[in-house]
Amino acid sequence: MSVRASLLAALVVGSSLTMAAAPAAHAAAAADPVTPQAISVPVGAEPDGTAVRLDVSVWPQASGKHPVVLLAHGFGGTKDSVTSQANDLHDRGYVVIAWSARGHGQSGGRIHLNDPAYEIADARTLLDLAAKRPDVELDAPGDPRSGVMGASYGGALGLMLAGSDRRVDGVVSAITWNDLADAFFPQAAVTRPATTAAGRSPIDVAGPFKQVWATNFFLSALRGGGQGAQGAQGAQAGGQSGGAAAGAARCGRFDPTICRLFVQASETGTASPQLTALLRAHSPKPTMNAVTAPTFIVQGVGDSLFGLDQADANVSALAASRTPYAVRWSDGGHDAASTHETEELDASYTWLDHYVRDKASASRSESALPTAAFTYGTPAGRAGQPTTLHTLTAYPGLSGAPLQTRQLPLSTTSGTLLHPPGGQPASLIAVPGLAALGVSLSTYQIAALPGQSTALDTEPVAEATTVVGSPTLRLTVTSDTPDVTLFASVWRVTGGSVTLTNPLVAPVRLAVTPGRPTPVTISLPAATYDLPAGTRWRVLLTSTESTYSNSRTPAAIRISDASALTLPVATGAAVGGAVAGGVDTETLLASGALVLLLLLALGGWLVRRRRRRHLPARPDLADIPLVVEGLVKTYADGHRAVDDVTWRAEKGQVVGLLGPNGAGKTTTMRMVMGLISSDAGSVHVLGEAVSAGSRVLGRVGALIEGPGFLPHLTGRQNLEAYWSATGRAPEDAHFDEALDVAALGGAVDRPVKSYSQGMRQRLGIAQAMLGLPELLILDEPTNGLDPPQIAAMRPILRRYAETGRTVVVSSHLLAEVEMTCTHVVVMHAGRVITQGPVAELVDSDDTTILDLPEHVDHDVVSAGVHALEAADGVTEVRVDTPTRIVVVADRGRAEVVAAAVTAGLPVVGVSSRRHLEEVFLGVISSASAPAAGAEPADDGESLVERLRQVRAR
Amino acid sequence: MSQTPDKPEHVAGEALLEVIEPTSAAAGNEIHQVRGPLSWRSELRRQWGRRRTIWAFGLLLALPLVLVGSFAFGERSGNSGRGSASSRIFDLAQSGAANFSLVLVFLASELLLVLLAALFCGDAVPSEASWSSLRYLLVAPVQRARLLTSKLVIGIASTLLATVLLPAWGLLVGGIAYGWDPLTNPLGENLTWGQFLPRLALAMAYIFVTLLPIAAIAFWLGTRSDAPLAAVGGAVLVSILLNILDQLDALDPYRNAFPGHYSRAWQDALAVSPDWTDMLHGALWALVWAVGFTMLAYRRFRRSDILS
Repeated sequence: MSVRASLLAALVVGSSLTMAAAPAAHAAAAADPVTPQAISVPVGAEPDGTAVRLDVSVWPQASGKHPVVLLAHGFGGTKDSVTSQANDLHDRGYVVIAWSARGHGQSGGRIHLNDPAYEIADARTLLDLAAKRPDVELDAPGDPRSGVMGASYGGALGLMLAGSDRRVDGVVSAITWNDLADAFFPQAAVTRPATTAAGRSPIDVAGPFKQVWATNFFLSALRGGGQGAQGAQGAQAGGQSGGAAAGAARCGRFDPTICRLFVQASETGTASPQLTALLRAHSPKPTMNAVTAPTFIVQGVGDSLFGLDQADANVSALAASRTPYAVRWSDGGHDAASTHETEELDASYTWLDHYVRDKASASRSESALPTAAFTYGTPAGRAGQPTTLHTLTAYPGLSGAPLQTRQLPLSTTSGTLLHPPGGQPASLIAVPGLAALGVSLSTYQIAALPGQSTALDTEPVAEATTVVGSPTLRLTVTSDTPDVTLFASVWRVTGGSVTLTNPLVAPVRLAVTPGRPTPVTISLPAATYDLPAGTRWRVLLTSTESTYSNSRTPAAIRISDASALTLPVATGAAVGGAVAGGVDTETLLASGALVLLLLLALGGWLVRRRRRRHLPARPDLADIPLVVEGLVKTYADGHRAVDDVTWRAEKGQVVGLLGPNGAGKTTTMRMVMGLISSDAGSVHVLGEAVSAGSRVLGRVGALIEGPGFLPHLTGRQNLEAYWSATGRAPEDAHFDEALDVAALGGAVDRPVKSYSQGMRQRLGIAQAMLGLPELLILDEPTNGLDPPQIAAMRPILRRYAETGRTVVVSSHLLAEVEMTCTHVVVMHAGRVITQGPVAELVDSDDTTILDLPEHVDHDVVSAGVHALEAADGVTEVRVDTPTRIVVVADRGRAEVVAAAVTAGLPVVGVSSRRHLEEVFLGVISSASAPAAGAEPADDGESLVERLRQVRAR
Repeated sequence: MSQTPDKPEHVAGEALLEVIEPTSAAAGNEIHQVRGPLSWRSELRRQWGRRRTIWAFGLLLALPLVLVGSFAFGERSGNSGRGSASSRIFDLAQSGAANFSLVLVFLASELLLVLLAALFCGDAVPSEASWSSLRYLLVAPVQRARLLTSKLVIGIASTLLATVLLPAWGLLVGGIAYGWDPLTNPLGENLTWGQFLPRLALAMAYIFVTLLPIAAIAFWLGTRSDAPLAAVGGAVLVSILLNILDQLDALDPYRNAFPGHYSRAWQDALAVSPDWTDMLHGALWALVWAVGFTMLAYRRFRRSDILS
């Protein structure tokens, strides 16, 4: 369990999950440092005089005196079958002795089926052996402190040993028999109603032969013989000379007498008196009254070989002799694995600990038992789920506890059925071992063969009931043959479907006078049944059952006068595995992981909150709407989009951010808005540092890389949705005024998905202006606008800035920027190459622009230009347009104008402005050409100087 | 495009410039917040009118009607012979309101509800990104964590609504179509209305919890991708993959922790004597995954550069 837990934990924390780790870790935890000592113990000889040695393993204890446990294996197994239990017991402080029983594994001899003279005597020899060991605690000389534990074959051995040897101090016996004759020839017709839960006092007629189980039993020993040592192999090697040898081969390692009787029974389907006597003698039944060692009995509902009635008989004998006992009904058995196997093992160990190791008084049966006197499970709601456990303080019907019963009347009380000639086809109800394979057949059709079965239905159950034990009913049987066999099974009827409650049958064999009605009481299969209110049961009586040997003689049987069912009921205290054991591992793991994650989340939240408080504010910049200092951004692919960018926008300015594609304008804008994080540098808006989601961004309106709207909302709804996301008061938004900027007309109430690009763009600008922010950042605002709209936008931005607010516009339309902006920042390849007032940038002393009138003669102009070029101090004369001449000279402007006039140019206007485009192109080319940034741009003035030089070239 | 040249020469933006003058004098005053940024109400308004929301709930509401219709059609065509196990389930569905709504839940819990959870939670962030409106929300400004919280709350609330609506609507439709009979179980374990309704509520609560891991995975994928389809489809794909892995017995103790492993444990709640163990395990593991992926989503989104 803990291994699984730690592995699950590893999975949760995400460390390496390798399937190979599972078995390795398991082996490491289960491996015991103590390896058993293998010894060979001589025991009593076979009837034919052959000496026999048992193959024994002893798990010794290193120091001190310890109690000993004899650990017996099941039929067909060996001492190795019980290794894990031996390890468990050894860990609990026992010396453990496990051995391969006579006729099994490496032990010699033949199988006598727990013959008191052989197998039981062998176990007594082992007790003698234990008494001689130095590490074994003695009650008296030759009397070791000892317990015996085993299941099935080993379980019966334990009971029989305790019944014949007083030295045993505690017994744990699981899924075993009380009377082997009754187990193989079961008889459910009883002489009197039961007084205990699963009690069955059969009439004095042997039941039908449990053929399939007997054969399985027989074959398992045969297989053991094939692989085993001397016996069978030796006989075969000896040749086919004698009949005895052939018989030995057929019987494997069985004792020849038992083998012969079994084969005979299989052939006839009836029990010979010899066989009955032999089986009865090889059972705990004769010596059960003599057992004084406290005994824990586990028996399974899922057991069509040794049913609960066998355990009931054992327990009744223990109760009669006032020996302490406890009973546990499991849902497992020879047919299926128990869903509470671990708990059953734990309870067994606890029993041994209490009575053997801790020497609790066994004298008074009333002394506190280490476990509930009776534990049973009610079927789970779904297949594969563990049963719900309940406990009672006493086994119903024993030790003074009354057997509570309830009547369930039948709605059908009679019927007829045929026994088919030859016994074929046979009803298929309980297929042994099928449940263990996880196969559940919907068997009603193959169980209730037409004409060969009679269904007795009950009335619906009035009130929810739990049946614990064997229900019984009386009925009258009339047949035309003296030998009548019936098989009763219990089904549940719901709507149109009939389901088998448990794959068990109660076989009945009667000796009747043909034609004479014979009353009989039938004990139905003992189990726990849940009967919710409204349930109806069906008792199905069939004349054949495939797992039994069926008579070949045909018969016609009449059933009549069936009485109400007598149900043994119980209401135990629910244990509920998980609840009793506290919180199970998986819950613990999952909640642990959950708590861990929540703590992690809480921790992260606290750390972040604290860090956010420590963002540096710059009170000295409080009056400046936007300050960008030393911004650097390198994208994951290594591209440095923005490299040490510094600029600022003052109040009242319209700042144009210029640059060719890829200059880093948009990246800078995104960093300004906190959309992407910068690698270095800072952005301050009104003195407050900007990071993702900074509160001060509420004073900034932005349009970045095109507008973004919810397509299903109208223009107006979009603005409202956006404003509602800011959480500010609707009256601060000025929706109508902003929509007026967008000039959408009636389209404001149409969904945005129907808008043109220009309309979206205008709506985007309007959204940026919502709330009249102190800083308005517009990235390419003129995208998609037509010239009149651009023209309309121009004064809005200028006048917006004139109110003391600030507008930052990025654009590649130089003319637009020139006309709109007061200041310009030029970026190229991630760097700012120049910045300053537009007027200052375009203004220059050495450039003079001369305007000429329209329709001037071309020859006049070219002559004038040539003359001007020749004039003193004029470096360059360029004709931009037929009416516009640019003159670069290092002389005063007045002299240049005078020279122009002298040269015969009809000058009508003079200006000093260059176009921003020229500045821009010049700056860009100078930044690209001289291997970039030899000296960083530190001073606006010097830059302008450099510009001029560039222009001059 | 065609009908908005908009040249009524009243000069666009004049109105704005008129209101702007007086306010500029009072500039510098603090921003007046009425509510937190991106309140749940405003996020709800963003999601509610969307076609995907309408379609999702429309489908949910149509499903029982389609069932009733198809049952009626099946009866008319008259082949009511002994059918398979699944046809018996559908026969059972017609035995009353309780059975009908339970069959509905059984049908929908496997895929439809998973899909809706992935849609509501996975699509919220990337759809904003795909409309380019995410950056405007962030500069509004809405804090990154706040944005995620609002989106997640509304996504989860929508999922909850769908989970509640399904059985409730199923009860109503089933009741009208087949009568108001209490639950009848094929295994004979009948529950009265008084027992059934609280159990059904509990089962739905459990189903809702088991939807959370898928919702959280979708949400996390949504913060990593700008494509709504990637987030929703990715989460559904993960759930399918985990279901396949869950079939492998070799993964036995570990698969218990898979988000979908206990997805059918809600049926335990409807047994006469319910066993809560699986539901407890399932709910705990579901919460573990949900919290884990939600944390990943926050961690991712808090640090990511918004380039959409």
